[in-house]
Amino acid sequence: MPENKYDVFLRGLAFPAVLVLAWILVGQFGLIDPRLLVPVQRVIAVPFFDPDGRTIWLSLVTSLVRMVAGFLIGGGLGILIGFVIGTSSLANRLIGPSFTAVRQITVFAWIPLLTAWFGNSDGAKLVFIALSAFFPAALNTQQGLRDVPIALIETSHVMRLSWRTHLFRLLLPSALPSIAIGIEIALISAWIGTVGAEYAMGFGRGIGIFLAEGRVQFRMDIVLIGVVTLALVGYGMNIVLRCGLRRLVPWQRQNS
Amino acid sequence: MRAEALLDTRSSLDIQAVSKSYRVDGKPREILRDIRFTVEPGELVSVIGASGCGKSTLLRLIIGLDTDYEGDILLDGRSIDGPTADRGIVFQEPRLFPWLSVEQNIALGLDSSGASPAEVKRIVTEHIEIVRLNGFARAYPHQLSGGMAQRAAIARALVSRPKILLLDEPLGALDSQTRAYMQDELLEIWRREKITIVMVTHDIEEAVYLSDKIVVMEPEPGRVCGIVSIDAPHPRRRGTSKFSALKDRVLSVLVRTQSAASAGLVRSHPAAQGGIARRYG
Repeated sequence: MPENKYDVFLRGLAFPAVLVLAWILVGQFGLIDPRLLVPVQRVIAVPFFDPDGRTIWLSLVTSLVRMVAGFLIGGGLGILIGFVIGTSSLANRLIGPSFTAVRQITVFAWIPLLTAWFGNSDGAKLVFIALSAFFPAALNTQQGLRDVPIALIETSHVMRLSWRTHLFRLLLPSALPSIAIGIEIALISAWIGTVGAEYAMGFGRGIGIFLAEGRVQFRMDIVLIGVVTLALVGYGMNIVLRCGLRRLVPWQRQNS
Repeated sequence: MRAEALLDTRSSLDIQAVSKSYRVDGKPREILRDIRFTVEPGELVSVIGASGCGKSTLLRLIIGLDTDYEGDILLDGRSIDGPTADRGIVFQEPRLFPWLSVEQNIALGLDSSGASPAEVKRIVTEHIEIVRLNGFARAYPHQLSGGMAQRAAIARALVSRPKILLLDEPLGALDSQTRAYMQDELLEIWRREKITIVMVTHDIEEAVYLSDKIVVMEPEPGRVCGIVSIDAPHPRRRGTSKFSALKDRVLSVLVRTQSAASAGLVRSHPAAQGGIARRYG
């Protein structure tokens, strides 16, 4: 049986289609209280016709901007720190243990501390998102550099490569697949961190706050459309990442 | 012949009483004991012995990857201290950088030379021809066969024009057909580049086919148990009785050592330290 991309896509669509169908049927026959499970057509109408629901667009844009900013700060710093402890054994001995210890703390445990320091402002959210993105980026960068084959490092020594050549022709290309995975996880963590920070801290605008308000007002249609939006954004991020990272590490594609 | 030798820019290598120990579980473990031999300029010398006799360790000392040893390693009379451009090495595996094309990999050998990009291009192209990889300059390592990858590694070691080339079982991982072909390639390069070569191998036939001189080593700790000179002209024919006689001579040194070892006589064996060295030279 020929397996093309289109088939794979259709097969992936089957399960959500069944769920939506079940949802429609449940609504048609009134099997569940419509306040708990709002019928599909009403949920779809919310972002367009409901005065409270229409704020979802601005909320989404705010959240995405927040995520990208936090991801760039946290991911960038993470790659930098991961690079330093991955290449310098002195740095690894100095900050490696602290890094490992701090990493054990669930990121959400930082929220009370961050709100105490920064209030419920945008700053606190940004720091939290950056923190979420920082650890996966740092960890995978460090791992990638630690896994550069010793045989190739020796070869570099024997040829007396300059530090620039050593860095750009050996260390970075060798660590790149691992760094790419770090970036991928960092971006997903940043998104989870964004929604989590907004939901937990409240105040201002964002998709997490949109969800929290829907819950408080017992507007399940708003909650449901919020959840669907989160899923769509996550799915979209995955596609973008996969295309981008494949371009970043072309020699791996040829190997597989 | 003599005058030519005087004008020679090729290097000689002098291994003087080299010993090396590692620490294993806090106890010193002797890897090499009192290794002595000389490689004359332009000579092709093989170091042969069972695995564990420290042949590869010896090459690591000569290339300068490991400077923690006793004794002296002199290159043209000067003590070596870390890797320099006058020594090149080819390892058992090609060790090419997978993300670089053949020409980029070979160009790495010129990174420390300060050559201009145009020069690098010219020298790399020239060496791609020497190792007969024409048409594969842009290929990536995973697109090459084992023999081709090893030839790229040889080219990478040759571009910096080392005076001495070290080969650590460079053909060990190849099938016998490719191997025989590569041995001839190696001889051709040796003749053309007029280079001094030290090759580690565990294959007696390969050593006899290629070398001017064979250093036979025995294991635990690694010692020289004999040096056999091969004075037959190239090309050597593998099937001939003379070739077999040469092989037998090397084999007898190895076997003598092994029977002595099983009789517990290794330490006092008279063949150690070049007992039959240069008898045929």
